Amino acid sequence: MKFTDVILQTSTKILVFIILTFSIYVMFAGHNNPGGGFIGGLITASALILLYIAFDVKTVHEIIPIDFKLIGAAGVLISLLTGIGSLALGYPFLSQAFAYRDLPLFGKTELATAVIFDLGVYMAVVGTTMTIILSIGEDE
Amino acid sequence: MSWLHFAVLSPFLFTLIVPLLNKNIRRIHTGWFVLAIPLLLFIYFLGHFPLDPAVAPVVHSLPWIPSLGIHFTLYLDGLALLLLLIITGIGTLVVLYSIYYMSMEREALHNFYVYLLIFMGAMLGIVLSDNLLVLYGFWEMTSVSSFLLIAYWYQRSKSRYGAQKSMLITVSGGFSMLFGFILLHKIAGTFSIREIIAMSGDIADHALFIPAMLLILLGAFTKSAQFPFHIWLPDAMEAPTPISAYLHSATMVKAGVYLVARLTPIFGGNMEWFWIITIFGLITLFWGSFMAIRQNDLKALLAYSTISQLGLIMSLLGIGSAALNANFSDQALLFSGAALAAVFHLFNHSIFKGCLFMVIGILDHETGTRDIRKLGGLMSIMPISFTLTVIGGLSMAGLPPFSGFLSKEMFFTGVLTAARNMDQWVFLLPAVAWVASILTFVYCLILVFKTFTGPYQPQRLDKTPHEAPVGMLISPGILAVLVVVFFFFPNLLSLSLLEPALHSIMPNLLPPGERFDVSISAWHGFNTELIMTIGIILLGTMLYIYLKNWSGIYDTLPRKYTLNNAYDKGLTGMERMSLKFTSTYMTGFLHNYLSYIFVVMICLTAGTLLGQGVFTIDLSTNSSIELYEFMLGISVVIAAVYIVFSRSRMTSIIAVGSIGYMVSLFFVIFRAPDLALTQLVVETITTALFLLCFYYLPKMKKELSRLRFKISNLLISLGVGITLTLIGLSVQGHNLFDSIARYFENSYELAGAKNIVNSLLVDFRAFDTMLEIVVLFTAGIAVYNLIKLRENRRNNR
Amino acid sequence: METFITIIAGVLFTIGTYLILSKGLVRIILGISLFTHGVHLLLMAVNGLKKGGAPLLGEATDVYTDPLPQALILTSIVISFALTAFSLVLGYRTYVELGTDDLEQLKGDPNE
Repeated sequence: MKFTDVILQTSTKILVFIILTFSIYVMFAGHNNPGGGFIGGLITASALILLYIAFDVKTVHEIIPIDFKLIGAAGVLISLLTGIGSLALGYPFLSQAFAYRDLPLFGKTELATAVIFDLGVYMAVVGTTMTIILSIGEDE
Repeated sequence: MSWLHFAVLSPFLFTLIVPLLNKNIRRIHTGWFVLAIPLLLFIYFLGHFPLDPAVAPVVHSLPWIPSLGIHFTLYLDGLALLLLLIITGIGTLVVLYSIYYMSMEREALHNFYVYLLIFMGAMLGIVLSDNLLVLYGFWEMTSVSSFLLIAYWYQRSKSRYGAQKSMLITVSGGFSMLFGFILLHKIAGTFSIREIIAMSGDIADHALFIPAMLLILLGAFTKSAQFPFHIWLPDAMEAPTPISAYLHSATMVKAGVYLVARLTPIFGGNMEWFWIITIFGLITLFWGSFMAIRQNDLKALLAYSTISQLGLIMSLLGIGSAALNANFSDQALLFSGAALAAVFHLFNHSIFKGCLFMVIGILDHETGTRDIRKLGGLMSIMPISFTLTVIGGLSMAGLPPFSGFLSKEMFFTGVLTAARNMDQWVFLLPAVAWVASILTFVYCLILVFKTFTGPYQPQRLDKTPHEAPVGMLISPGILAVLVVVFFFFPNLLSLSLLEPALHSIMPNLLPPGERFDVSISAWHGFNTELIMTIGIILLGTMLYIYLKNWSGIYDTLPRKYTLNNAYDKGLTGMERMSLKFTSTYMTGFLHNYLSYIFVVMICLTAGTLLGQGVFTIDLSTNSSIELYEFMLGISVVIAAVYIVFSRSRMTSIIAVGSIGYMVSLFFVIFRAPDLALTQLVVETITTALFLLCFYYLPKMKKELSRLRFKISNLLISLGVGITLTLIGLSVQGHNLFDSIARYFENSYELAGAKNIVNSLLVDFRAFDTMLEIVVLFTAGIAVYNLIKLRENRRNNR
Repeated sequence: METFITIIAGVLFTIGTYLILSKGLVRIILGISLFTHGVHLLLMAVNGLKKGGAPLLGEATDVYTDPLPQALILTSIVISFALTAFSLVLGYRTYVELGTDDLEQLKGDPNE
């Protein structure tokens, strides 16, 4: 898959960053607004796919040398560890907790362990989706 | 979790590091590391010795599934201790022996020792479990590990055959035993053996009592190779010899005997129990010794002799159980002597049979054959092995000065007691026992003299025989020494080990505080037992000398009607039957399987719902519908119908994608922002995926199939669609209870989240989500492998 | 509205089943996709539609839509994505490797 479309490439350069920013916002906003790990992960993946379509696999791999399988595995591991963390503290598996703290810059902020769990979901979704797409894309 | 629990689990835990040891420390035989486990356990259990029956036995409980009354309770009493010492003691010697027997270079030692340790742990579990279901679990574990060990040389078809045979027979017996246990639980309301024993008087009249007993006995008989289930044991001899010595003579086959002894306090008072066990035991005793004479393979000879000896122990337990019957309360102590003989012979048999198996292993190892016809004249070449065989063989034959003599005499006392105190045709018991003992004597002579005396035939042997290395002789040597020691000092055992064991078989026979009179002596005066023994020696020797003249009777047995033949025929017959049956519907065509599923679904759901008359459709709660919503729905239908008739891949994919986008629009209308967002992105990515694969995807051809095929498909799909629609419609009219969703509206107080759907996913039902991403990731890895593994293969080519 | 959506779901089920029962691999995969959409719509419909605001606390509404089916469907969407991806790859690998996508020809040896 190698073709060059200048318009697509130029617009992709800008669009990808907008989409990525949005996806991260969606991921963290998920606790209180529409969004969350699944949606955030999928949007991130779609941004990356756009990148891969506009440029080719090799070029992108040089820019982002990430093994997405590891990201996926790390995501599953993180969500598992939040569960084990609550076990270690004597609560049932995967109990979540939250608290409100004053943070510099952010003001009064909610800190929830569920967000860490959601981060794991996010990473698993990104990792898996990209693994699937790249496996197919690299297949010749 | 007590030390006792740890002792049972320690072999299992050790299996985890055995492969590592075998892989990383190549210079030292893995057996040396494994040796530590049985040795330490032996020392640990020796610490409980001598167990005073007056003191309460050791009990440790660990709740496992309390709601079902299943506790991992361990119970160490006299009977358990006896078995534990055999298991760990012989286990130590077997592992030591195996270090010399199993070649470090050629064999897969990690497999061997892992299976062996699993077996050892399971055996400890059987003996110590108080809970019937836990016992059953360990019981099947021994069957599985025995299967793995018999099939250890899985390249040989005979090993695989033997392994399968033993597995099928013992596991089906175990299965019936499980049913028996469940019935017992139904009767007594508990799985605890001790609690059932405590109420043994009350449950004997229950209607299920006899069925439970029969089912449990079936399990015990298959495991202990009683006639007619004994056929698996000779085939199990394909296992490496240390395994034959350990599993198939000293320990595993004793599990059935153990179970009978353990449950005697529950069932012992019943005459059915007495008759079944005694008769099957005596038949097995006779048949095993009769068949042993015929064998040419030394291991097969020992296998049949093991069967025969197990029958002897079993029949003794049967006779002993009469002590618990109310009709014989006056002679109770006499009958209990038979149970004592059973326990004593169980111990003796483990020792001398273990010794014999190890020596046969040595012979096999040094000469390359176990065929009696090829062996002979080895006495001067292998003098130590010869001595050991003589000790073991004559102990088995029941001659002084070896411990087997004592238990054989006690066996005769047992059958004579039964004959004297019962009427009818019980006088046959001593006769059968006597004939079987003569045959036993004959095969012991064959074992010793055909192998070690007579002409030496080096030209028929694969190797030049010489005496085995010292290490290999240590284990059988120790056992042979014990055989002699226990003849001269049987009372070393009797008070400390046998009496507590007898006490656990018959806990309520004596008033509290009293002990059984168990002193064993070799000389009882010139009584019937001694005359019987002398008769055995005279007749046995004669039969041995004239063996050629009468061995023709074996050829008169019809070959067609043997049990083995029946087993083989039954097995192949069942395979053919089931193949015939399954091949009628397992066509290998996905379409058929899916049709079955759909048709069954339609019949079951639509049928039940129509039968119950719940298809009442109430449309009054419907909300209003706008024109644009209607248009959207119609577009979905048009796109879907289009796919059926489309012959272009591209347009079909686009049509499916458009349906996805329209569904996400519906989600917007239904006030589900999360869903709408997700569906939108997923649909995009899925379409991209389809397009990526597009190049490789097969072209959609016109379905060139018969009209009947199409019509049946159409009918099935209409059926599915209509059934589901009707269900969906009638569900709306039935609001049986309030939605539980109101609870989740507290998500801000409970989870600190304003997005209820998200808090459901990451907080309330986080476990589901976690498993979901595991599934997702698994799918990703599967896709990766589907593509990359093939590339690797292509590169290798 | 509920009846209408249920009937649309029924149409999707019918067509999805028909496609799944056909012989070509691509049709089967597409059929599974349609089936999933049908399930999602049905899940929404049986619960009653347009009964309240979006399940976000702080919305200006008295009643919220039931969030439970939404959570179920969200899970289902992601799983069905994984399923589609897998079956797609399986399908095309089968085709590339064996040279046919006709299930009648793909069936195994009866003696296997």
